[in-house]
Amino acid sequence: MTEIATHTTPEVGGMGHSVKRKEDPRFIQGKGEYIEDVNLPGQLWLDIVRSPYAHAKIKSIDASEALKVPGVAAVVTGKDLEGYKLAWMPTLAGDKQMVLPVDTVMYQAQEVAAVIATSRYAAADGVAAVQVDYEPLPVIVDPFKALEPDAFVLRPDRGPDKANNHIWHWESGDAARTDAALEAAEVRVSQDIYIPRIHVASIETCGCVADWNPIRQQLTLHMTSQAPHAIRTVIALVAAAAGLPIYEQNIRVKTHDIGGGFGGKVPVYPGYVLAVAASFLIGKPVKWIEDRSENLQADSFARDYHIHAELGATKAGKITSLKVKTIADHGYTDAAADPSKFPAGLFNVITGSYDFPEAFVEVDGVYTNKPPGGVAYRCSFRVTEAVHAIERMVDILAHEIGKDPAQVRFDNFIQPEQFPYKTPTGWEYDSGNYPAALKKALDIIGYNDLRKEQAEKRARGELMGIGISSFTEIVGAGPSHDFDILGLKMFDSCEIRVHPTGKVLARIGVQTQGQGHETTFAQIIAEELGFPVADIKIEYGDTDTAPYGLGTYASRSTPVAGAATAVAARKIRAKARLLAAHLLEANPDDLEWENGKFFVKGSPDRSKTIQEISFAAYTNHPQGMEAGLEAVDYYDPPNLTFPFGSYICVVDIDKGTGQVTVRRFVAVDDCGNIINPMIVDGQIHGGLTMGFAPSLYEEITYDELGNNLTGTFMDYLLPTAVETPAWETDKTVTPSPHHPIGAKGVGESATVGAPPAIVNAVVDAMWHLGVRNVDIPMTPQKIWRILRDQGVTA
Amino acid sequence: MSNRHVTVTVNGETREADVEPRLLLVHLLRDTFMLTGTHVGCDTSNCGACTVMVDGRSAKSCTMLAAQADGATITTIEGMADGATLHPLQQAFWDQHGLQCGFCTPGMMMQASWLLGQNPDPTDQEVREGIAGNLCRCTGYVNIVKAIQQAAGEMRAKQDAAAEPVAAR
Repeated sequence: MTEIATHTTPEVGGMGHSVKRKEDPRFIQGKGEYIEDVNLPGQLWLDIVRSPYAHAKIKSIDASEALKVPGVAAVVTGKDLEGYKLAWMPTLAGDKQMVLPVDTVMYQAQEVAAVIATSRYAAADGVAAVQVDYEPLPVIVDPFKALEPDAFVLRPDRGPDKANNHIWHWESGDAARTDAALEAAEVRVSQDIYIPRIHVASIETCGCVADWNPIRQQLTLHMTSQAPHAIRTVIALVAAAAGLPIYEQNIRVKTHDIGGGFGGKVPVYPGYVLAVAASFLIGKPVKWIEDRSENLQADSFARDYHIHAELGATKAGKITSLKVKTIADHGYTDAAADPSKFPAGLFNVITGSYDFPEAFVEVDGVYTNKPPGGVAYRCSFRVTEAVHAIERMVDILAHEIGKDPAQVRFDNFIQPEQFPYKTPTGWEYDSGNYPAALKKALDIIGYNDLRKEQAEKRARGELMGIGISSFTEIVGAGPSHDFDILGLKMFDSCEIRVHPTGKVLARIGVQTQGQGHETTFAQIIAEELGFPVADIKIEYGDTDTAPYGLGTYASRSTPVAGAATAVAARKIRAKARLLAAHLLEANPDDLEWENGKFFVKGSPDRSKTIQEISFAAYTNHPQGMEAGLEAVDYYDPPNLTFPFGSYICVVDIDKGTGQVTVRRFVAVDDCGNIINPMIVDGQIHGGLTMGFAPSLYEEITYDELGNNLTGTFMDYLLPTAVETPAWETDKTVTPSPHHPIGAKGVGESATVGAPPAIVNAVVDAMWHLGVRNVDIPMTPQKIWRILRDQGVTA
Repeated sequence: MSNRHVTVTVNGETREADVEPRLLLVHLLRDTFMLTGTHVGCDTSNCGACTVMVDGRSAKSCTMLAAQADGATITTIEGMADGATLHPLQQAFWDQHGLQCGFCTPGMMMQASWLLGQNPDPTDQEVREGIAGNLCRCTGYVNIVKAIQQAAGEMRAKQDAAAEPVAAR
């Protein structure tokens, strides 16, 4: 296991120490405060009537029986909202979506009406009593059918000049040069790959308590949001557009503890808006907590990319070119939670870890009768799809030319001395050492021995496969020239206040959903200023107190807010130097900083600790200097960060059942400098599991009428401890050259990197039978059919 | 249907409530008794976030009626520690980074405490099978297994110490 360097004592607990989490005592004692734990005096409950049809006209809504249910206070419909100009709202991707439909439902389980009642049981009774008369319309679930010329136009609201289901076309790279390179290639391999629709399914669902105080004209919104400040601004903008007197200084968003996010708690769902509207209309707090079926059927989805990729190479396996055409199913609206200026996000990072000159990528977004797709599933925007495609294509190339997949990777890697490396689609990778990570993974797993074992087993007719993925992540959104949400640039922030007794309160613009920010951000400050982690309190998730930030998703907390924290701490250190110079009666330039104190160069006994300096900042600061020891930083990163890694997966396939068993999985990750090795390992374990899950189990599926067939955890299979492999992890450390603490972010690397390693292993086990690709999830049924079709039986 | 009167012993305390016959046990605990450490994650008994101990057996409180618990002795996460001293499972989950968002954690620890009562010295595979009814989306289970094994070791050591004959001390 790689040793991580430290520069502070364990008591201080700066970077590199596996400090136990400061947030854990409340969680292990049942004292976390999640959204459903928030109960306000006089609160009402909101429950939602949902459409049984995937596409239908609403002929009428009859709430009269519902209003007779004891405890039911009100029923709100789209027509009611229309009166307040609230029936529609903007999406984060510049499209619009319904809060409640006025006349047409677009997907099964869409919100149709809201019932507000005195208890959750009364609200549910009210929902059951609302009568809705529907007239079914043609349903389109297949994006290719949606693009056919005579397809029913799903979004006539876009006007007559957009009388089709095509949302946008986006491309990147040079088409002509890529075509020429492919023409000239000695070897060409192509493949269709479908990355299915999946759902983040955090164990806590979404919800909120909206509390409009009509006397104070104050809205407090307690909610499960990964981006509370952005939500506050969106509410203010929506309210302004509707002419409602809800102004941003009177809006307070509080997130409390969040039971997992993974991207699913970035969007603004209709339930939130309904609760706010209901509280505004009734003048009481209104609570909305979705249940699991609502969460799985109506919240935003990830993936749903139909990819066609073609790779050109020499006979020796040197890649020359890559061309990719993709159809992106966005459901009925483009509600992608993608704060880049690119509709397919960072999908053009698809050239991966490899050095080749030509690439061209095009994506077309399409409407269907499904809920909005395009949120992340523990990855930044479309990176998982990109990594899946390139890592599959490299493996297909290796198998086609009969070369070891590890060797083909070594032969094509961008070399360490080539960084910063400009890709053919325009990204500039900050740093990397791809050969070192793959070599380490090969050594740990004993690659050569496994290949021998595989050959022996194959001779006996047994199916064993070894799969590699050498991925490059792209995180830390992001530089303001490329990244914004509705115009809000993607900086992030930290404000640090040092109190007179040498204790620290720091507030950050990002949000934890389990990542451990209360610990890791304290460690950054401990590293920079020498205060012990125990003396540093980290706060977030209250827009009245935290500095403005864009929130936590896309592994951006450490790359952006982590940088802001280090920079803010350095501002404090700069003032501390002046204070120390005053106390020591020395020239500031003659002072040196070490381990939480300034000392006079050459006289280490003439020193002042950061705690002494803190006290002096309030009691003995020099004439002309402002009192206090505080700083704030809003950090706009100069570039993204590019974590990477090499993963190796070993699978055994049961020929009788088609069951794939992941026997071993070695993950060597490089996320730059490491703040807390224990937490980094935990992030990788979790990320690997969320890469493993859609590889073998998870898929949101629909029948031809648009019925969601996977609306509970009995159908949408999250892996349990029994299926989940015992992950083996290790590291290499290649710091980011542009990040103040050299860190890159790690929360999603493993989700991005794991699936192609697993698929490559499964295909590797069956290539000799003529199998080139298996789309995920690789269920026993799917594998069993493939084996049967190849004539293989147990 | 008329309300039912329910009397239960929760974390050592006798509690009473008049409840709707359809009220779920988890809602009695959370909404009536304000013991919000027990969570709801799925409604279909798959995730186990609502796991509590009912008369010494682990039970998914989202799939049990409050009325069914009449007369029962219930332990929730709030009753796991011994005053200010953490239960070995609580300490071990903290030590081993066995939790991230913390939402599944109370149910996971409740289930683990039942498991270790049944099998004080489980293999890793037995631990994994023992918590198969509890889903965690954050940790990948690796550190949960480690935490349960740490707690198992400590609980066995305590048991052994208590069982030693006085003369041998």
